Amino acid sequence: MNSTEKLWAWKLVLAVILLGMAAGIWGAVKRIDYEWRWYRVPQYFVYHAEEARKIPFDGTVDSFNPEGDLIHVTLRSETGETEVQTIDAETLKVSEGESLFEGDTIGFQKYWRIGPLLTGLMTTLWISAGASVLGLALGLLAGLARISRNYVLRSLSAIYVEFIRGTPLLVQIFIAYFFIATVFDVGRNMAGVCALGIFAGAYVAEIFRAGIQSVPRGQTEAARSLGMSALQNMVYIVLPQAFKRILPPLSGQFISLIKDSSLVSVIAITDLTKSGREIITSTFATFEIWLVVAAMYLIVTSVLSQLVFYMERRLAVSD
Amino acid sequence: MIKAENVQKIFHGRGVTVRAVDGVSTEVAKGEVVVIIGPSGSGKSTFLRCINGLEAFNDGHIVIDGIDLADKKTDLNKVRAEVGMVFQQFNLFPHKTVLENVTLAQLKVRKRSKAEAEDKARQLLDKVGIGEKENEYPSRLSGGQQQRVAIARALAMDPKVMLFDEPTSALDPEMVGEVLDVMKALAREGMTMVVVTHEMGFAREVADRVLFMDQGKVVEVGTPEHFFTEPREERTKAFLNQVL
Repeated sequence: MNSTEKLWAWKLVLAVILLGMAAGIWGAVKRIDYEWRWYRVPQYFVYHAEEARKIPFDGTVDSFNPEGDLIHVTLRSETGETEVQTIDAETLKVSEGESLFEGDTIGFQKYWRIGPLLTGLMTTLWISAGASVLGLALGLLAGLARISRNYVLRSLSAIYVEFIRGTPLLVQIFIAYFFIATVFDVGRNMAGVCALGIFAGAYVAEIFRAGIQSVPRGQTEAARSLGMSALQNMVYIVLPQAFKRILPPLSGQFISLIKDSSLVSVIAITDLTKSGREIITSTFATFEIWLVVAAMYLIVTSVLSQLVFYMERRLAVSD
Repeated sequence: MIKAENVQKIFHGRGVTVRAVDGVSTEVAKGEVVVIIGPSGSGKSTFLRCINGLEAFNDGHIVIDGIDLADKKTDLNKVRAEVGMVFQQFNLFPHKTVLENVTLAQLKVRKRSKAEAEDKARQLLDKVGIGEKENEYPSRLSGGQQQRVAIARALAMDPKVMLFDEPTSALDPEMVGEVLDVMKALAREGMTMVVVTHEMGFAREVADRVLFMDQGKVVEVGTPEHFFTEPREERTKAFLNQVL
């Protein structure tokens, strides 16, 4: 039997279910009488900021020099100094020859500013990136230590992994911030990155251990029989093969890390989640903002998983 | 070239102690081809793996070209670079092309230049009859082809000794011949070889000396004629009756 025969029917079923769920949500929202204010959302991505331009001394307006939408205003002080201020033409508040006192507003300059949703996203991205690098390095070291012949290394690694996997990330973040960051006097961003990196490292260690152990012993034997050192064997033979196998679980771990990074908002790091919360306190657009925040996380994680999918295909050439 | 003296290898496991190699002493001269045969579990592979230090032995000495493996100061990596090994399961590096398989150790261990290593690799791949596959990955090759690449990989290091650990046992019957032909050519060129195999035909044709091992001990040593026509020991006779 051809398994693709009835696929269109199943697609139809899927569409009906999804539409049904959407309709259900829509109906539910209707009943609580929520007023959607989507128009309030875009300004939190980018907004048009205005900054007042002021005269820094007592003096007069010397001349105007228009350039497109802008206007360059030359100001002359009583002592003869001149200064040029650039403002938006339509916000011009002075006329030529007018006398002004220090601090009077000449006009405004408008420019685009990125809003809290984007700055929050940036924070989330760099915290995740920093924690990923740290987690990868720690995980590789701990994973290698875990399979080492040395009892001390093996035990240290096991304790690390057990401790981190056995306690909640939220608690670890609090410990990192209130205890360790205080003792070593590091900032909250550093504490956040370290807590996430150390957390991810424990899981990455297990992934690396499993990956290295999945490479057949014969590979190591062949490498060593050619005179390669243990390190050369690891670098050129075992890790490249292990890496290919652990790429899917590793990417899953890093996607989790991006999502878990939302927890650092509890130590007042203004990441995407915290930005969302702050915007809600001033707009009350609760539904819209949380939906947007969720969508932004989803976009980041989907891009990452597509990237990994592409790498997997690249690495599959030797299969 | 190789001198083994009272080599002992003991495995401990689940309360039992197995003397895998139990006091083996033998010598292999330069250019000599020694074939080790024996039933499975007789310790012949373990002994072979002791010769290049893949298996640490518990007692005795193995001296290769004047260097004692039992000496704690011996750098095993240096010894291994001089001793080529071919495995039953080929153990090619699957993430490297055929050419890279043959050049990697030359570059990293022998520190040869890329051009020199590739030159050498192509020459050897041609010699084992697989020159046209240099850019393929091992998974695209047949077992016989893979094993010939493995032989080229070991030869690329210009080893003084070649060890073969049942090189044809994992091959389909029709591919055994091509690998044995390469090994025969190597023997004719005067390579010092120690071969663990079940190929009695190869032993009879190529070996200078045959070692028969059972339960970790060398039971009988002799030339192929002696060995296959008039074995002395009962255990040898019983084994030959079963395999011939």
